[in-house]
Amino acid sequence: MIELQDITKSFGDKEILKGVSAVMESGKVNLIIGASGSGKTVMMKCIVGLMTINTGKILYDQEDFTAMEEKEKKLVRQKIGMLFQGSALFDSMTVEQNVMFPLDMFSRDTLRDKKKRVMECLERVQLKDAAKKFPAEISGGMKKRVGIARAIVLNPKYLFCDEPNSGLDPQTSLLIDKLIKELTVEYNITTVINTHDMNTVMESGDHIVYMYQGKKQWEGSNKDIVFSKDQKLNDFIFASEFLREAKEMRQLDLFKDGSWRDQLKKD
Amino acid sequence: MEFKFFYHFGNFLLMLKGMFSRPENFKMYWKQFMQQCVDIGVGSFGIVFIISLFMGGVTTLQTAYQLVSPIIPKSTIAQVVRDTIILEFAPTLTSIVLAGVIGSKIASELGNMRISEQIDALEMMGINTKGYLIAPKILAATLMIPVLVAIAGFLGIWGGKEAGVLSGVLSSEQFMQGLRQEFKAYNVFFAMAKSFSFGFIIASVSAYYGYNVQGGALEIGKASTTAVVVSCVLVLFMDYALTAILL
Repeated sequence: MIELQDITKSFGDKEILKGVSAVMESGKVNLIIGASGSGKTVMMKCIVGLMTINTGKILYDQEDFTAMEEKEKKLVRQKIGMLFQGSALFDSMTVEQNVMFPLDMFSRDTLRDKKKRVMECLERVQLKDAAKKFPAEISGGMKKRVGIARAIVLNPKYLFCDEPNSGLDPQTSLLIDKLIKELTVEYNITTVINTHDMNTVMESGDHIVYMYQGKKQWEGSNKDIVFSKDQKLNDFIFASEFLREAKEMRQLDLFKDGSWRDQLKKD
Repeated sequence: MEFKFFYHFGNFLLMLKGMFSRPENFKMYWKQFMQQCVDIGVGSFGIVFIISLFMGGVTTLQTAYQLVSPIIPKSTIAQVVRDTIILEFAPTLTSIVLAGVIGSKIASELGNMRISEQIDALEMMGINTKGYLIAPKILAATLMIPVLVAIAGFLGIWGGKEAGVLSGVLSSEQFMQGLRQEFKAYNVFFAMAKSFSFGFIIASVSAYYGYNVQGGALEIGKASTTAVVVSCVLVLFMDYALTAILL
């Protein structure tokens, strides 16, 4: 579990994060959503320690990450897997070498065991056949999957994904979402995804934090979104006429199957 | 301007300080160091081979052109060629060329890694990126550039001899006799001291500009150019300073 307590971050006079508090639960897909410039990327970089916050606390399983020495932070980072927006694969290495890199650096296993683990991860992302290829020889969706394989190879406790669906077609996006969701449940990982892909929001959002102008505007699940009365959230999620109609239809479905009662109780 | 100089100098020192930490895996660091030795040493050998030969040849012909007095023996040409190459041409000219070859490679490689988030990915794995990416490059350059300079010295003198003999300026025996006249081993030490310093400057300055790239592809190009220009200027400054101190 990751806990954010009233974190702020500024660049010069510009305040990007204005006292954000949230809890990212383990075994769940936690989404940070928001328009461009709302502070979600900065928030993710602060959580993983690529940027330092001005005030507040970030707790990893009750341990204060912000108060840690660099050595301790490195140890926490070794429990983190991260999928970057552009995949961030090492160009000079093959797919297999990319996935094996964290093992080479941190594991004392034999080469045979390491290769076995790499193949397991590549099989998990359905890329066993691409093991000997270089990043330049594979598609964007495949690169993302290699990035996921590299992120999970050390069995991380926390998985961070920065816009995992950017630049991908809808089908590949769904495949990536499904994969991340499965891995989260399978290994009981605390997954945090930074996205503005509505498919991801509706399909995988166990817990969603909506950021608006550096503040947490709304928090809930993908089911709550359908009934949310927050105007800013609705304007962001259901931006088009088509999506607004889809929302009404979904509300109707939930009304029929009785889910609306639970929602009313919550409200 | 002055403020910017101190800003860069301070950041540069912090970068160097940041390299010193216990390696996460010594074997991987060693592998990276050896890879850099191959890239810098073997990768630059071709250009060093060509410029050294021509540098030696041209020096012989120009020295012969200027030493027209009948009282100066022909072997003096070889002596001048030897000292010019060992003291100045091999270390400085080779390093200026290597600043272009190696400096731009280091800056663009690190810049590309920064832009494509590969450096962030390494940081996220808990790796000291300054130690893993920059330190092996600086160590490899400070080791391999003196080796390349030594090779450039030998090739330059050999090229000078061949040019002299082929053009009929002096015989092979006269050249060999001149090479042995008043040879000072200290000059070789001086050349090595210079090339060691130049190697450090080229790799560290280029790594600094590459590692701190912000923006996109255009900025990688700019960082590469700046790295080469600053390296060349600093090599020339250092050349003067060391000459004034050591000779």
